[in-house]
Amino acid sequence: MTAHTSHIDMTTIGAEFPILQQKIEGNPLVYLDNAATTQKPLAVIQAMTDYYMQCNSNVHRGAHHLADEATRRYEQARDTVAAFIHAADRSEVIWTSGTTEAINIVANGIAQRLKSGDEVLVTEMEHHANLVTWQQACLRSGATLKVAPIHDNGALDTEAFSALLSEKTKLVALPHVSNALGTVNPIHSLTQQAKAYGALVLIDGAQGIAHGGVDVQDIGCDFYAFSGHKLFGPTGVGVLWGKADVLQDWPVWQTGGEMIARVTYQESTWGELPNRLEAGTPNIAGVIGLAAAIDWFNRLDLAAVQSHERALLAYATEQAHSIDGLRIVGTAPDKIGVFSFIMQDSHPADIGFLLDKQGVAIRTGSHCAQPLMQRLGLPGTARASFSVYNTLEEVDVLFVALKKAQQMLA
Amino acid sequence: MNLPSHQEIIEDIEFFDDWEQRYQYIIDLGKSIPKLEPQQKNDELLVPGCQSKVWLLSHVEDGVLKFQADSDAVIVNGLLAIVLAAYHNQTAAQILAFDIDGYFKALDLERHISPTRGNGLRAIVGKIQALAKQQQA
Repeated sequence: MTAHTSHIDMTTIGAEFPILQQKIEGNPLVYLDNAATTQKPLAVIQAMTDYYMQCNSNVHRGAHHLADEATRRYEQARDTVAAFIHAADRSEVIWTSGTTEAINIVANGIAQRLKSGDEVLVTEMEHHANLVTWQQACLRSGATLKVAPIHDNGALDTEAFSALLSEKTKLVALPHVSNALGTVNPIHSLTQQAKAYGALVLIDGAQGIAHGGVDVQDIGCDFYAFSGHKLFGPTGVGVLWGKADVLQDWPVWQTGGEMIARVTYQESTWGELPNRLEAGTPNIAGVIGLAAAIDWFNRLDLAAVQSHERALLAYATEQAHSIDGLRIVGTAPDKIGVFSFIMQDSHPADIGFLLDKQGVAIRTGSHCAQPLMQRLGLPGTARASFSVYNTLEEVDVLFVALKKAQQMLA
Repeated sequence: MNLPSHQEIIEDIEFFDDWEQRYQYIIDLGKSIPKLEPQQKNDELLVPGCQSKVWLLSHVEDGVLKFQADSDAVIVNGLLAIVLAAYHNQTAAQILAFDIDGYFKALDLERHISPTRGNGLRAIVGKIQALAKQQQA
């Protein structure tokens, strides 16, 4: 699977994405909303179609050919994910509906173990999925939520983070990459610091996973959560990776079929990993689509991907200086994929709207990070977010469109 | 508030032949509508919208409903002016009889009024219609 003979050519990569071939309002689509969701290559669409055309069946319990084939593809997908993130064992890969559900499994479990006096530490740059979950777990359990501050440039204040760690810290949750600002956190060193106090560490990998090179054992965290749809796969499927010794007695999430060992009318016992955290019929087509997305991504040259992404962001940053009144929001030294900005005297919604009329798709608003926007004193930002298939020419189109929007709003 | 009538808006917009001219008109309309005072922009008057904030102020005078609206986004302000051109200074019965979807369709702006568009216009129209119903009851 990871063995590949030839890399995909970065300059023609867009051709593999049927959706990118269309025009919006007469202009070629320039899709710069990749932090919200990435588009799907034909290989993913084909794998999901093949599943429904050839072997749709329920997994694990059938006594027939289709069920065997569906189960084979479904469980092979688990191997694909395990290899992709360097999990120690395939049973550490739990299928979820996405990053949000993955974090909820951990938050729900820890809430049953936290008590008054315990602390959970997050950062000021969290997406609501990695904030509201812990906030509510703390409210339910009587524990205290601590929030590590950021600097004005959007980088984590690592000194303040360190100072907030103590023996009281039971869990640290932080984003690999900020969805609103693009800040890349030094997750290796932050994880090591937290582990020194015996805290569990969860990395919200929603924005980190698609940039490649995630090695959960190397990071040293206890949990890593991500969504398929931000990794060129389908919506409705994601992964909670957790260390086997942490997950094996983790409080069960949903109960029902698939996750049990023995059931009587009075009581039940739970199955082994990974099934004990996977109740009910899973999103089989989604899982198979996600594996196809990883297989596709593995065919890219990772070094070329990363240098291309850096080039896109650097080019956008350079072009930004040619626009009076444009301020980049989030200028951390280590940053990837996200170009968040505001324009003087213009509401981000107006910018987003006028870009859309020109075929350029961006996102505007608070990016599911209302407390972060309050911290930055902004009603929201306009955000262009890049992926492997974007080109420098598309960055040019973005800035031509921005100049027109600015001129119209002046 | 001196707004063009909704017939005038339809005639104006029909005259333009590209999106730029149409939206420039909407932007200029948005800039021309009177702004609410900062103290009037309280949470009570805030109409829940997704991206930009929208405030709606209303009262009844001489049997007609009077409205003032404001948004922090200028295109939304222009769209508000278009909505209010149809509803301001109208009786409750006139408001409830007005075909707002047909009006936005005639302007080729129906995307803005669709329930899936998160700019709060649909919520504004709903609130105005509810106020009219209240007035009629």
